[in-house]
Amino acid sequence: MSAYAADVAALARKDLRLELRTRETLPAMLLFVVSTLVVFHFALPPRAGRDAAYGLLWVALVFTALLGLGRAWVPERDGGVLDGLVLAPCDRSAIWLGKTVAILAFLVGVEVIALPAFALFFAPLPGRSLGGVALADIGICAVGSLISAMAGAGRTRELTLPLLFLPLAIPLVVGGVGATISPHGAHYLLFLVLYDVVFSILSWAAFEYVVTE
Amino acid sequence: MIRADGVEKRYGRAWALRRVSFELNEGELLLVTGANGSGKTTLLRLIAGLASPTHGSLTVGATRGDVGYLGHEALVYRDLTGFENLDLYGRLYRVRERPERIGMLLERFGLWDARSERVSTYSRGMVQRLALCRALLHDPTLLVLDEPFTALDESGAALLDRELATRSENKTLVVSTHDPDRVAGLATRRLALA
Repeated sequence: MSAYAADVAALARKDLRLELRTRETLPAMLLFVVSTLVVFHFALPPRAGRDAAYGLLWVALVFTALLGLGRAWVPERDGGVLDGLVLAPCDRSAIWLGKTVAILAFLVGVEVIALPAFALFFAPLPGRSLGGVALADIGICAVGSLISAMAGAGRTRELTLPLLFLPLAIPLVVGGVGATISPHGAHYLLFLVLYDVVFSILSWAAFEYVVTE
Repeated sequence: MIRADGVEKRYGRAWALRRVSFELNEGELLLVTGANGSGKTTLLRLIAGLASPTHGSLTVGATRGDVGYLGHEALVYRDLTGFENLDLYGRLYRVRERPERIGMLLERFGLWDARSERVSTYSRGMVQRLALCRALLHDPTLLVLDEPFTALDESGAALLDRELATRSENKTLVVSTHDPDRVAGLATRRLALA
């Protein structure tokens, strides 16, 4: 394993260990997504159709991810740990990638429960919809971990994070819903791949400037 | 090793540091003193590379991996154990024979018995000892210590005295303290910030 991959693995493993120990993020995300789906189940008119339900799934997923992103850098803010990580001689983008991998693991963990729950309450999910969710997860976590780090530097982080993240998540929702309901679903999947590649590279390159003066 | 020429730092409209100049050669110990708000912490953060000067030039002849920094905060995860924290930093700093090095430091700083306990259960003094272990873990050539005696009891302070005495023989140190007498005997240069 290269030194870079070893750094990313060590940082991601640390986040997973912290979550297993404190259980501060994953249970909250799970409770939120299931509650949201229950609310939507009763709020959606019976004749609304499947397309509306698929749209609501994406609302639930994006806001659940937002909940997790809000807590993503809390362990680093407590005790000024981010300074310690920034001082380490590893590539600073490894800090971002480690966090992105950890958030991705949380989000996938939530979706293991949320997607079957959605199928139970609303409608079965076609295969390409699952592909759309997987691709959107990568985009959400890549952009979200960068935005969350940026927002964490200010005093108004609770406001800044959704204000910056939600506009950037709109293409992911467009791609995800399109992949599910459009007859040209493959095009939307390709669009999500493109988004993931472009925004992952941008976030990877930008992180160093976010955490240093 | 360090050359500061008219270094100034401003946060927004407030000046944190005004016109500081000094030189520090390899193997010397710089003692930084000054009242609260005089800019000691700002200067040490600049030297460690955690901030950049607003004006002036600051040259530090050490790479990131050669600097050991102890700040006001311990820079450790509260919900990891002492050992896990040092193990994480040891991996990031590519410390050779990591478990042995960590064990030796924990033993030396009296934390071996508490190595498997979460940092959140540590006393303030134990956290400071762990922060010192973290700063020394990779055997840095430049050690930047901001108020290192804070929260240490007499035995901890004596331990740090010995550590500083040993390191001052062949490493470069920058130490800020409100108790200058403690380090005065080792200091080769002094900087009093107003």
